[in-house]
Amino acid sequence: MAVSDPSLSEPGLLRQVLRSRSLIIGVVLSALFIGAALVSYVWTPFDAETMNIPNKLKPPNLVHWFGTDHFGRDIFSMIMVGARTSIAVALIAVGIGMLLGVPLGLASAARRGSWLDELIMRGNDLVFAFPALLIAIMITAVFGPSAVNAIIAIGIFNIPVFARLTRGSALSLWTRDYVLSARVAGKGALRISVEHILPNITNLLIVQGTIQFSLGILAEAGLSYVGLGAQPPIPSWGRMLADSQTLITLAPHMALFPGFAILLTVLGLNLMGDGLRDLLDPRLRNARR
Amino acid sequence: MTNMKTGYVIAAAVAIALTGGAAQAAKTDIVIGLQLEPPHLDPTGAAAGAIDQVVYSNVFEGLTRFASDGSIIPGLAKSWEISDDGLSYIFHLNEGVTFHDGSAMDAEDVKFSLDRARAEDSTNAQKALFADIASVEAMDLATVKVTLSKQNGSFLFNMAWGDAVIVAPESIADIKTKPIGTGPFVLSNWVQGDRIELAKNPDYWGSAISLDKATFKFISDPTAAFAAVMAEDVNAFMAFPAPENLPQFDADPRFKVLVGSTEGETILAINNKLPPFDNVKIREAVAHAIDRQAIIDGAMFGYGTPIGTHFAPHNPAYIDLTALSAYDPEKSKALLAEAGFADGFTTTLKLPPPSYARRGGEIIASQLKAVGITVEISNLEWAQWLEQVFRGKDFGLSIVSHTEPMDIGIYGREDYYFQYGKPEFQALMAELNATTDPAERTSILQAAQTMISEDYVNAYLFQLANTGVANAKIEGLWANAPTQAVDLTGVSWTD
Repeated sequence: MAVSDPSLSEPGLLRQVLRSRSLIIGVVLSALFIGAALVSYVWTPFDAETMNIPNKLKPPNLVHWFGTDHFGRDIFSMIMVGARTSIAVALIAVGIGMLLGVPLGLASAARRGSWLDELIMRGNDLVFAFPALLIAIMITAVFGPSAVNAIIAIGIFNIPVFARLTRGSALSLWTRDYVLSARVAGKGALRISVEHILPNITNLLIVQGTIQFSLGILAEAGLSYVGLGAQPPIPSWGRMLADSQTLITLAPHMALFPGFAILLTVLGLNLMGDGLRDLLDPRLRNARR
Repeated sequence: MTNMKTGYVIAAAVAIALTGGAAQAAKTDIVIGLQLEPPHLDPTGAAAGAIDQVVYSNVFEGLTRFASDGSIIPGLAKSWEISDDGLSYIFHLNEGVTFHDGSAMDAEDVKFSLDRARAEDSTNAQKALFADIASVEAMDLATVKVTLSKQNGSFLFNMAWGDAVIVAPESIADIKTKPIGTGPFVLSNWVQGDRIELAKNPDYWGSAISLDKATFKFISDPTAAFAAVMAEDVNAFMAFPAPENLPQFDADPRFKVLVGSTEGETILAINNKLPPFDNVKIREAVAHAIDRQAIIDGAMFGYGTPIGTHFAPHNPAYIDLTALSAYDPEKSKALLAEAGFADGFTTTLKLPPPSYARRGGEIIASQLKAVGITVEISNLEWAQWLEQVFRGKDFGLSIVSHTEPMDIGIYGREDYYFQYGKPEFQALMAELNATTDPAERTSILQAAQTMISEDYVNAYLFQLANTGVANAKIEGLWANAPTQAVDLTGVSWTD
């Protein structure tokens, strides 16, 4: 039996959501971008990979809403399909971080002060000490550039983020009365962690997951910008930006649209993350009132 | 009083105008932008074209040399005599030539340089140039006799290469960082990773040059190169890496765009030993799947000439064989089906850094996909490309520009990276080397061009254009690039 935080069932939740302007903006922007990615599976105005070289570098017009790139591809379609790449990479990377980081953090908290705790946390420090992009460049240098390696690289950097967050919040829960009573009832550390600790830190994990998701999109764009992410012909926002670099005076729309796509998506996810934290964390909410 | 004041003002203005005019005498220094920095400065010790770009005819000179139109003209040798059997060449050297260290350049130095290049342990990148030399003799201080083991119609051409320049025996130990040549410029400073500075050689033997100082600045990033030219940080940028910016320079009165030919045959290299590419039908299918004009327009923004074989179009012996591999996706699909690959296949496309390769690769991938061939693109750095593709032969397809002049001979080498080396072709090359009659040479060269084109050894894309940009007031830069050189001997500012 899980003991759940009462805040979610509190009356007036919807009113709070509607009152939080940043949350709304965040949700709308994120939905726009996830929607574009989903729609791209069934429909894009043009095929995102089909080149039409005589039609290259056309500025935005009624046929090509965002114009065409240096190979005559439709930028609007590329942005839609590129959203797919960004989401897939960022989502799986966050998934890797959560799947490995959360159990590590739970184990660490359950065996606080033991050699296991030390091992996990010092291992995390080690990974944390390297900037994320450096890890990514290292991995892609060894295994070659590809979307899969970008996912692994960003995923690895997500592990300590989730492990630390989980350990920190789990530690405070371990002193709670309901955990104590579960121990008295004879439950083992594993069961307590899964049944009592994990459900109560889900809010935090969701908020952190949203933030990491937006960071993952930035990291993916950064990696493909330097040529280490998804390889051509798969469209990716970062590579679209890189391609536009020498053409910026000739065809500024080639840089503007993928740039705005990255900006708005990351902004949206961050606003959503902030809004969710305000909403889901009772302490913060009380503090703000 | 007022009049007098006005008088002073006018006088002052005239004086300023006069001194100003005097100060505007023609500039004598130049900054040249290049994309690649040479690994060292010994043109006789490595293949890197970046070395020749800096030192060819500026620091080092050979017996003969390339003129800007690609013809061979006298260099350190002022004249030569060829025996009737074509086997011995007597070179008469210019007199009064000194190396930068002050020592005289004489026949012994020529003998030393040629013997060093063709020695067993030589690291010369083009040892084939010297392969037919049987002996080199210094007859007197100003005369050298070279005896060949067999006739070689391109011997004078070979001696013009940067790999055949004359070096000073005492300078060999430090030649990589302290090049001592006979040219009009001496190395004055090399800031690694940034620039190489050359200064005028006051004791130069040849006709006087108008520059006092030349700086080669290395800017590998195309965006930075664009900015450097726009800001006039460099006076000229040779082999400008982003062709899309050239129209903008052309429209700007401060600059002029130099568009010329190079010796760079840009090819889609095919690994001829790797199945299914060992089947000529598959190679033909690849050739017909490719739309050259789309690649020239898309990757090079229109700069480039379509080629149908491995030969430079500006060479008189060139024949246009592009029709043999005309763009015809339907024929390509039919050929694939005939070869048993109706559903296509998957292969690798390994691309070195230049934009003709990276951009061209994306276009080719999309064109091949249209006929059913799936290519997996991997972008490699030069070192990786040399290791995996050039030496390791671990590739299916690759794109590269072969910038050496007259390099069709590489098709005779069995172990060359695309692994053709057909015996009939080797026989043609042997025949070519034994022939001195120009008309016969032309017909052999044309037979060779046709053979590789009909065998679809590689897919021939386009001849790389030499696209440079320079300050409008600079004259004398080479528009064409018969060899990889930035010859500054004839360069001057117009004001």
